Amino acid sequence: MEFWIELAVSVLLVAGAIFVLVGSLGLVKLPDFYTRLHGPTKATTLGMGCLLVGSMTLVTNQQGYLSLHELLITLFLLITAPVTAHMLAKTALHHKLDIAEKTEDKALAKRARERLNP
Amino acid sequence: MLSTAIFIATVLVCVSMFLNLWRVFKGPSRPDRILALDTMYINSIALIILFGIASSTTLYFEAALLIAMLGFVSTAAMCKYILRGDLIE
Repeated sequence: MEFWIELAVSVLLVAGAIFVLVGSLGLVKLPDFYTRLHGPTKATTLGMGCLLVGSMTLVTNQQGYLSLHELLITLFLLITAPVTAHMLAKTALHHKLDIAEKTEDKALAKRARERLNP
Repeated sequence: MLSTAIFIATVLVCVSMFLNLWRVFKGPSRPDRILALDTMYINSIALIILFGIASSTTLYFEAALLIAMLGFVSTAAMCKYILRGDLIE
Protein backbone atom coordinates (compact mmCIF):
# COMPACT_ATOMS: atom_id res chain seq x y z
CA MET A 1 0.00 0.00 0.00
CA GLU A 2 1.18 3.47 -0.80
CA PHE A 3 2.42 5.69 2.00
CA TRP A 4 0.03 8.57 1.26
CA ILE A 5 -3.07 6.40 1.37
CA GLU A 6 -2.00 4.91 4.69
CA LEU A 7 -1.34 8.41 6.07
CA ALA A 8 -4.73 9.68 4.90
CA VAL A 9 -6.56 6.70 6.39
CA SER A 10 -4.71 7.06 9.71
CA VAL A 11 -5.50 10.78 9.95
CA LEU A 12 -9.18 10.13 9.12
CA LEU A 13 -9.47 7.38 11.75
CA VAL A 14 -7.86 9.41 14.55
CA ALA A 15 -9.84 12.56 13.65
CA GLY A 16 -13.09 10.59 13.62
CA ALA A 17 -12.34 9.03 17.00
CA ILE A 18 -11.52 12.48 18.45
CA PHE A 19 -14.85 13.85 17.17
CA VAL A 20 -16.70 10.88 18.72
CA LEU A 21 -14.94 11.54 22.03
CA VAL A 22 -15.85 15.26 21.87
CA GLY A 23 -19.50 14.31 21.35
CA SER A 24 -19.53 12.05 24.40
CA LEU A 25 -17.67 14.66 26.45
CA GLY A 26 -20.41 17.14 25.59
CA LEU A 27 -22.99 14.57 26.67
CA VAL A 28 -21.32 14.42 30.10
CA LYS A 29 -20.28 18.03 30.69
CA LEU A 30 -23.08 20.29 29.38
CA PRO A 31 -25.59 21.73 31.89
CA ASP A 32 -29.10 20.80 30.72
CA PHE A 33 -30.79 18.37 28.34
CA TYR A 34 -31.36 20.79 25.47
CA THR A 35 -27.65 21.64 25.28
CA ARG A 36 -26.64 18.00 25.82
CA LEU A 37 -28.62 17.12 22.70
CA HIS A 38 -26.08 19.01 20.56
CA GLY A 39 -23.02 16.88 21.32
CA PRO A 40 -24.10 13.43 20.12
CA THR A 41 -26.20 14.60 17.20
CA LYS A 42 -23.54 16.77 15.58
CA ALA A 43 -20.03 15.85 16.73
CA THR A 44 -20.64 12.09 16.87
CA THR A 45 -22.26 12.03 13.42
CA LEU A 46 -19.30 13.93 11.94
CA GLY A 47 -16.86 11.55 13.67
CA MET A 48 -18.69 8.51 12.31
CA GLY A 49 -18.54 10.08 8.83
CA CYS A 50 -14.74 10.48 9.13
CA LEU A 51 -14.28 6.89 10.39
CA LEU A 52 -16.44 5.38 7.66
CA VAL A 53 -14.83 7.39 4.84
CA GLY A 54 -11.40 6.27 6.13
CA SER A 55 -12.56 2.64 6.16
CA MET A 56 -13.98 3.03 2.63
CA THR A 57 -10.68 4.43 1.31
CA LEU A 58 -8.75 1.56 2.89
CA VAL A 59 -11.01 -1.23 1.63
CA THR A 60 -11.16 0.29 -1.88
CA ASN A 61 -7.36 0.29 -2.02
CA GLN A 62 -6.94 -3.19 -0.53
CA GLN A 63 -9.58 -5.04 -2.53
CA GLY A 64 -9.22 -3.16 -5.83
CA TYR A 65 -12.93 -2.41 -6.30
CA LEU A 66 -15.09 0.50 -5.14
CA SER A 67 -16.61 -0.35 -1.76
CA LEU A 68 -19.84 1.52 -1.03
CA HIS A 69 -21.14 -0.25 2.11
CA GLU A 70 -19.69 2.38 4.42
CA LEU A 71 -21.19 5.22 2.40
CA LEU A 72 -24.58 3.55 2.97
CA ILE A 73 -24.06 3.56 6.75
CA THR A 74 -22.88 7.21 6.65
CA LEU A 75 -25.94 8.23 4.66
CA PHE A 76 -28.24 6.36 7.03
CA LEU A 77 -26.70 8.01 10.10
CA LEU A 78 -26.89 11.45 8.45
CA ILE A 79 -30.60 10.92 7.74
CA THR A 80 -31.55 9.47 11.14
CA ALA A 81 -29.60 11.82 13.49
CA PRO A 82 -31.85 14.89 12.96
CA VAL A 83 -35.02 12.77 13.23
CA THR A 84 -33.82 11.32 16.55
CA ALA A 85 -32.85 14.77 17.85
CA HIS A 86 -36.24 16.19 16.91
CA MET A 87 -38.15 13.38 18.64
CA LEU A 88 -35.98 13.64 21.78
CA ALA A 89 -36.44 17.43 21.94
CA LYS A 90 -40.21 17.00 21.61
CA THR A 91 -40.17 14.41 24.38
CA ALA A 92 -38.12 16.68 26.65
CA LEU A 93 -40.48 19.63 26.05
CA HIS A 94 -43.45 17.42 26.81
CA HIS A 95 -41.90 16.23 30.08
CA LYS A 96 -41.09 19.85 31.12
CA LEU A 97 -37.39 19.22 31.75
CA ASP A 98 -35.41 22.00 33.42
CA ILE A 99 -34.00 24.69 31.11
CA ALA A 100 -30.63 26.27 31.97
CA GLU A 101 -30.70 29.75 33.50
CA LYS A 102 -28.85 31.45 30.63
CA THR A 103 -31.34 30.37 27.96
CA GLU A 104 -33.02 33.24 26.12
CA ASP A 105 -36.71 33.30 25.07
CA LYS A 106 -38.00 30.73 27.49
CA ALA A 107 -41.56 31.72 26.60
CA LEU A 108 -41.10 29.96 23.24
CA ALA A 109 -40.65 26.63 25.04
CA LYS A 110 -43.92 27.23 26.89
CA ARG A 111 -45.71 28.07 23.63
CA ALA A 112 -44.34 24.96 21.90
CA ARG A 113 -45.38 22.83 24.87
CA GLU A 114 -48.94 24.10 24.91
CA ARG A 115 -49.68 23.36 21.28
CA LEU A 116 -52.67 21.11 20.88
CA ASN A 117 -51.12 18.05 19.24
CA PRO A 118 -47.59 17.23 20.47
CA MET B 1 1.42 3.53 11.26
CA LEU B 2 -2.06 2.19 10.45
CA SER B 3 -2.10 -0.25 13.37
CA THR B 4 -1.07 2.55 15.76
CA ALA B 5 -3.87 4.76 14.40
CA ILE B 6 -6.38 1.91 14.82
CA PHE B 7 -5.20 1.40 18.42
CA ILE B 8 -5.52 5.10 19.29
CA ALA B 9 -8.96 5.33 17.68
CA THR B 10 -10.18 2.22 19.53
CA VAL B 11 -9.00 3.59 22.88
CA LEU B 12 -10.72 6.95 22.25
CA VAL B 13 -14.00 5.30 21.23
CA CYS B 14 -13.88 3.02 24.30
CA VAL B 15 -13.37 6.04 26.58
CA SER B 16 -16.35 7.77 24.99
CA MET B 17 -18.46 4.62 25.51
CA PHE B 18 -17.61 4.72 29.22
CA LEU B 19 -18.66 8.40 29.33
CA ASN B 20 -21.98 7.43 27.71
CA LEU B 21 -22.42 4.64 30.26
CA TRP B 22 -21.90 7.16 33.06
CA ARG B 23 -24.65 9.32 31.57
CA VAL B 24 -26.95 6.27 31.30
CA PHE B 25 -26.51 5.57 35.03
CA LYS B 26 -26.62 9.17 36.25
CA GLY B 27 -28.99 10.82 33.75
CA PRO B 28 -31.55 12.77 35.77
CA SER B 29 -34.40 12.19 33.32
CA ARG B 30 -35.58 9.52 30.88
CA PRO B 31 -34.78 11.48 27.68
CA ASP B 32 -31.18 11.76 28.95
CA ARG B 33 -30.92 8.00 29.21
CA ILE B 34 -32.43 7.49 25.75
CA LEU B 35 -29.96 10.00 24.29
CA ALA B 36 -27.04 8.21 25.98
CA LEU B 37 -28.21 4.81 24.65
CA ASP B 38 -28.55 6.33 21.16
CA THR B 39 -24.96 7.59 21.35
CA MET B 40 -23.82 4.18 22.62
CA TYR B 41 -25.14 2.31 19.59
CA ILE B 42 -23.47 4.80 17.24
CA ASN B 43 -20.18 4.27 19.13
CA SER B 44 -20.61 0.50 18.89
CA ILE B 45 -20.86 0.88 15.09
CA ALA B 46 -17.54 2.74 15.26
CA LEU B 47 -15.99 -0.12 17.27
CA ILE B 48 -17.25 -2.73 14.77
CA ILE B 49 -15.84 -0.73 11.84
CA LEU B 50 -12.45 -0.42 13.60
CA PHE B 51 -12.43 -4.17 14.34
CA GLY B 52 -13.24 -4.88 10.70
CA ILE B 53 -10.30 -2.71 9.57
CA ALA B 54 -7.96 -4.35 12.11
CA SER B 55 -8.85 -7.89 10.98
CA SER B 56 -8.94 -6.75 7.29
CA THR B 57 -12.23 -8.39 6.35
CA THR B 58 -15.39 -6.79 4.96
CA LEU B 59 -17.57 -9.26 6.85
CA TYR B 60 -18.68 -6.86 9.59
CA PHE B 61 -20.28 -4.10 7.53
CA GLU B 62 -23.60 -5.90 7.37
CA ALA B 63 -23.61 -6.16 11.17
CA ALA B 64 -22.86 -2.41 11.42
CA LEU B 65 -25.71 -1.62 9.01
CA LEU B 66 -28.12 -3.81 10.99
CA ILE B 67 -27.16 -2.10 14.27
CA ALA B 68 -27.64 1.32 12.65
CA MET B 69 -31.16 0.50 11.41
CA LEU B 70 -32.38 -1.30 14.55
CA GLY B 71 -30.86 1.35 16.83
CA PHE B 72 -32.73 4.14 15.07
CA VAL B 73 -36.01 2.20 15.22
CA SER B 74 -35.58 1.44 18.93
CA THR B 75 -34.79 5.08 19.77
CA ALA B 76 -37.83 6.26 17.84
CA ALA B 77 -40.00 3.65 19.58
CA MET B 78 -38.78 4.65 23.07
CA CYS B 79 -39.36 8.36 22.33
CA LYS B 80 -42.84 7.64 21.04
CA TYR B 81 -43.61 5.50 24.06
CA ILE B 82 -42.68 8.04 26.70
CA LEU B 83 -44.23 10.86 24.65
CA ARG B 84 -47.67 9.34 24.11
CA GLY B 85 -47.75 6.36 26.52
CA ASP B 86 -48.48 4.03 23.62
CA LEU B 87 -46.71 2.80 20.49
CA ILE B 88 -49.52 2.08 18.04
CA GLU B 89 -52.68 4.04 18.68
